[in-house]
Amino acid sequence: MLQRILWRALQLLGVVLATAVLNFALLKALPGDLVDVIASESGSVSAEYVAELRQLYGLERSAAAQLVSYVGRVLQGDLGYSFRFGEPVLALVLQRLPATLSLVGVALTVSVLVGVLLGVAAARRPHGLADALISSAATLGYSAPMFWTALMLIVLFGVRLEWFPIAGVRDISAGYQGWRLLLDQAWHLVLPALTLSIYYLAVYVRLTRAAMIESLAEDFVRTARAKGAPERTVVWRHALRHALLPVLTMLGLQSSALLGGSIVVETVFAWPGLGQLSFEAIKSRDLPVLLGVLLFSGVLVVLVNALVDVLQARLDPRIRVTHRAPAQGVPA
Amino acid sequence: MKAWYLQPAAWLGASLLLLVGLAALLAGHLYPGDPLDMVGVPYVWPGRQADTPLGTDLMGRDLAAGLAHGARVSLLVGFSSALIAVVIGVLVGAVSGFYRGRVDAVLSRITEFFQTIPAFLLAIILVAVLKPSLGTIVLALGVTSWTGVARLVRAEFLTLREREFVKASVALGAGDLHLIFREILPNAWTPVIVSTALLVANAILSEAGLSFLGLGDPNVVSWGSMIGLGRDALRTGWYMTALPGLAVVLTVLSLNLLSDVLHAALNPRLSRGRGRG
Repeated sequence: MLQRILWRALQLLGVVLATAVLNFALLKALPGDLVDVIASESGSVSAEYVAELRQLYGLERSAAAQLVSYVGRVLQGDLGYSFRFGEPVLALVLQRLPATLSLVGVALTVSVLVGVLLGVAAARRPHGLADALISSAATLGYSAPMFWTALMLIVLFGVRLEWFPIAGVRDISAGYQGWRLLLDQAWHLVLPALTLSIYYLAVYVRLTRAAMIESLAEDFVRTARAKGAPERTVVWRHALRHALLPVLTMLGLQSSALLGGSIVVETVFAWPGLGQLSFEAIKSRDLPVLLGVLLFSGVLVVLVNALVDVLQARLDPRIRVTHRAPAQGVPA
Repeated sequence: MKAWYLQPAAWLGASLLLLVGLAALLAGHLYPGDPLDMVGVPYVWPGRQADTPLGTDLMGRDLAAGLAHGARVSLLVGFSSALIAVVIGVLVGAVSGFYRGRVDAVLSRITEFFQTIPAFLLAIILVAVLKPSLGTIVLALGVTSWTGVARLVRAEFLTLREREFVKASVALGAGDLHLIFREILPNAWTPVIVSTALLVANAILSEAGLSFLGLGDPNVVSWGSMIGLGRDALRTGWYMTALPGLAVVLTVLSLNLLSDVLHAALNPRLSRGRGRG
């Protein structure tokens, strides 16, 4: 256990370092530097002032020296300052984090719970009627681009039926308080979370179904049946426990893809989270902000995978080391 | 279970893909003009006018022409970036699994690092930095989606490396390149082929996402950019968004169906012990 924690800590450090280096490389690959951006934004600036700014930000030093001081600052928790938003990056990221976490958290919980249930139902009788319906729907949901699903949901539920709001996290003009505000926010969450859920639900249905079909053919399932265990126990306790291993692996692998998916969904629904922030940062070449988002996402991915390790060891006592099973698919 | 070529999924997938392929091939012949040119009145709903059967968008452009030309972009980007991803993935995975030890450790850490970065976000960054064009989109999607293939190929190489036929070849004095490319790789293709179909599907989805966000090649019409443009008329003419989106769904669906069929046909573990479970 101690070894695993140490390994994860090392991995965390590696991710932070590698992200900082990658971001530095991107920064250098762009034409112009920070001072050029400041100069162009403020209009007319004298050459002396530009040189002074370069001195101030240490841009006249060699690339290697800049990289060292940059990584050093990142390791001390100094993520820099965003000139576009006029705020320290750390504050900006922390301020946007709750919106993304609530969106992704709700979507992922729904997807995994419902996905596992439907996957098990489909696997009980492969190629039966229920399986045909569930699998077809899952394959279809898996094939639709998320931003398009989002737009179609907006047309149906937002414009035609007018059931749900189509943008933002709350009704600002209404000025709700207390539980009414909470309800309003939940109401705003429905369509974006549904969009993400449709895609991820399909992923977990397909995965659970495949894993359950293999699991139900295993020897320990036959043993459980031979012992006279009731079918419900066989399916939900013996077979599902085994089938959850690849589902958890996918959860870990997907944790990085989730932020990618939330970029388009947050953009469509004007959801002020990390996805939207990173897209705005890219458009305005605000690289410190981008680094902040990438770092947070990297740390989150490592933590989720550490959690997956622990859960998998709980489910399967044979698992002791960190080597995980290969992925079943390559999600976007 | 029926033979793979008798399954409805195989037929549906193959015919859908064929249809999209035909549209891409014949686009220049059926719609010789620039699909970005105005051909009639804007906001014509599908089925209202004979010369524009699928209607026109809010700039008066023929949606049918856009869909046919968009098929070219989607298939081109999908297959070329999947090719890049497969080449990188096979090389990294093969070297990793063949040499093991320190080489494997370094390459595996690099692979893991790429898995912690959101692939779509990295693709957006790369396209934005390199300026959007078909070439940079293909490159960005290719270099961000190879990790899955690398892991699969590495796992195959780790087990195949120990097999008798490889040892026999070593005894005959075969070099590393011969062992990797002539002996082991031909036996490791199965999982790669299955995931290639998925890679193409995902690349098509990502390309649509990039051009929807305004990061597509500005000189060509793509299904994603059509959706992005149609979004501005979502209230009055939702067909402008629905039609190109359906084209993406059907294309990606065909590839996913074919990948499933291939997976079932090539995976011996699925054909054993089918019966009741």
